[in-house]
Amino acid sequence: MDRMLVISGSPHIHAPFSARGAMWRVIFALLPALGCALYYFGIGAAIVSVTAMVGCVAVEYLIARFMMGRKSATFSVSALLTGLLLALNLPSNIPVWIVLIGCVVAIGIGKMAFGGLGCNIFNPALVGRVFLLLSFPQQMTSWPLPEVNRMAYLDASTGATVLSELKTGVISPSGVDLVDEAIGLTGGSMGEVGALALIIGVLYLMVSRVITWHIPVAVVGAVALMTVVAGGNVGVELMGGGLLLGAFFMATDYVTSPMTPRGMLVYGAMIGVITMVIRHYGAYPEGVSFAILVMNGVTPLLNKWFRPRRFGERRVAHVR
Amino acid sequence: MARTFHIGGVRLKDCKLSAHSAMERVELPMRVVLPLGQHIGAPARPVVAAGDRVVRGQCVAEAASVVSASLHSPISGIVRSIGLVRNARGFDVEAIEIEATESDHRIDIESMSKPLVAVRDKGNVSADEILACVREAGIVGLGGATFPTAVKLNVPPGKNIDTLVINAAECEPYLTCDHALMLSDPAGIIIGAELVMKALGVSNAVIGVEDNKPDAIESLRSHVAPGSGIVIVPLKEKYPQGGEKQLIFAMTRREVPSGGLPADVGVVVVNVATARAVCMAVVYGEPLIERVVTVTGPRLPRPANYLVPIGYPVDELISKSGGDDVPVGKIVLGGPMMGAAVENTEVPVEKGSSGILLLPPDMSHRAQPEPCILCARCVSVCPMGLEPYLISTLSRLGRVGEAVDAGVADCIECGSCSYICPSSRPILDFIRYGKMSSRRVRKSK
Repeated sequence: MDRMLVISGSPHIHAPFSARGAMWRVIFALLPALGCALYYFGIGAAIVSVTAMVGCVAVEYLIARFMMGRKSATFSVSALLTGLLLALNLPSNIPVWIVLIGCVVAIGIGKMAFGGLGCNIFNPALVGRVFLLLSFPQQMTSWPLPEVNRMAYLDASTGATVLSELKTGVISPSGVDLVDEAIGLTGGSMGEVGALALIIGVLYLMVSRVITWHIPVAVVGAVALMTVVAGGNVGVELMGGGLLLGAFFMATDYVTSPMTPRGMLVYGAMIGVITMVIRHYGAYPEGVSFAILVMNGVTPLLNKWFRPRRFGERRVAHVR
Repeated sequence: MARTFHIGGVRLKDCKLSAHSAMERVELPMRVVLPLGQHIGAPARPVVAAGDRVVRGQCVAEAASVVSASLHSPISGIVRSIGLVRNARGFDVEAIEIEATESDHRIDIESMSKPLVAVRDKGNVSADEILACVREAGIVGLGGATFPTAVKLNVPPGKNIDTLVINAAECEPYLTCDHALMLSDPAGIIIGAELVMKALGVSNAVIGVEDNKPDAIESLRSHVAPGSGIVIVPLKEKYPQGGEKQLIFAMTRREVPSGGLPADVGVVVVNVATARAVCMAVVYGEPLIERVVTVTGPRLPRPANYLVPIGYPVDELISKSGGDDVPVGKIVLGGPMMGAAVENTEVPVEKGSSGILLLPPDMSHRAQPEPCILCARCVSVCPMGLEPYLISTLSRLGRVGEAVDAGVADCIECGSCSYICPSSRPILDFIRYGKMSSRRVRKSK
């Protein structure tokens, strides 16, 4: 028998699950939220999200091809996902040129400057968003009202978000309609509205085992617990602002989150705590983005502290 | 609820294509090749010379040191040569070649058609007698590790053994050789277990079988006598259940310490086929001259379990299952998770050959590795609780000391990390490299 045989080390079979597949599933899981945004904000949402996605993919390609000299630079699903997440973190009436700046910062500084996929410390989409928030506070915090602005883009009529109204004392927590919050009939960034759509998305991700429950549950749990203890309105804290979008889709980013279940729980809980502190004591009405970025920075430390328990670990006697 | 181990593990599609084909005895070959190093330890030393006449079951090479095993001829005939042959991985190894004549062949076939005759009463042998028998019969671990069984049963003083664990998990996908044996000779397995218990001086034995083999569990249970101290334990299907440390935990809730041996927690583990070989040697006086081999593959026309004389050509087995007519890209000796891809199939079946897996060309190549995205899947599946992504990177960068601190020596090379990696990274390859480097470093110190 004379055949050409392949020689390689074991194992000789592989799980039917790829990194690309995982990223496509996250994009798929975000479709309900994107649908909500398109439904409420119409043409503006379409322009911003397409710009952000195309922008991020283009920036990654250009940097990989011409600055890092990678000959095989190809279409990147991960950049597409970053673009979508960035878009969902922006108001729908933001000018295209600002979105493009966000893409350059998110991919260029947030990701490629660290060495590309897998090497970045901070969530690229959030790096982009926070950069825009600090650079263009005016444009980043004038949110179009949902439903009435379907055909408007830059000329959309705007209003404040629930959280900023609460912060400035315009309304009280009891005056918030939670049903409106759940289905998205409130002002906010594109992906912040529509809690139900986000919950459907995250359930899909858990069922298809793209993510585990630890981080989302820890974030939501910490926020809910703190609100209950402080006597606040749990519904408003959870569904107002970007908490769910952040907890479900940004904090769970593989690259920037811890490696062990215990680390993930601590990471998630701390995101919840920092968010609440910023919301109630900080200058900003919303703090999820900052909380996640802070904990992204702590992640390497968490990986060191919360190692998995080794099989047959010899317990070292503590000698004083 | 079925038991299992506690850290990591993956659920694999079991692909037991040959599970329902009964064990088939292949014909006695006219020529066998017996490599001298079929076991862990020193290669056996030949005790015959070219031109000598040997009979079936005669010892042709004896154990060359404490950790070694003797070798017996599965056919009667004439020793043609003792010299180098090319093994499956392409290396030249020493082997004895024996050729039968027509008359030898006829005599062998005649003697094999007679029912087996017990030469010893299983209730009446002493522990020393059993140990001597096991040593003389050249029995080694048949699960694939091929560690000489006599050495394993000779527990060093100071270790107190209280439980015998019999490994019948067969957690590798595709392999069904143990399954077939449990269905065809459950009585022999149970007798073997009793004999090993006696040799060890223990009164408890647990046989762990994964619950994807309910018929095997039933078949063994029906042969266990009450009061024998043997319990059949169904295990929840999970890889690598058959890993020694994982199996011991699943069965006894004891954790073998890092760097330790099963004896440190009072356990000896023996493969189910090994137990049966002990029965054959002690009760029927038959040395280890045959074993069950699974020949399987996704496109193979006839996946099957064969009872094969040691030294039988692998090529011949592949032909029997129709492997000559299908496109093949990779041939694996052993299971798909831990077996070795080979380049040469003109080799004999050895004591450790559990299976021959033929993979079609589209399943033979690895995917292109992508950057690690720190998804933590390798960490969550590692049955030793290690951080494969980290150890792999440290090993690749040559940071051996840090790799040792991260537990590189604990790795059992089960392959779960490479299997699960969504970026198709060669995690285990680098860990193996780190392991080798750390051994070198230790030696040079």
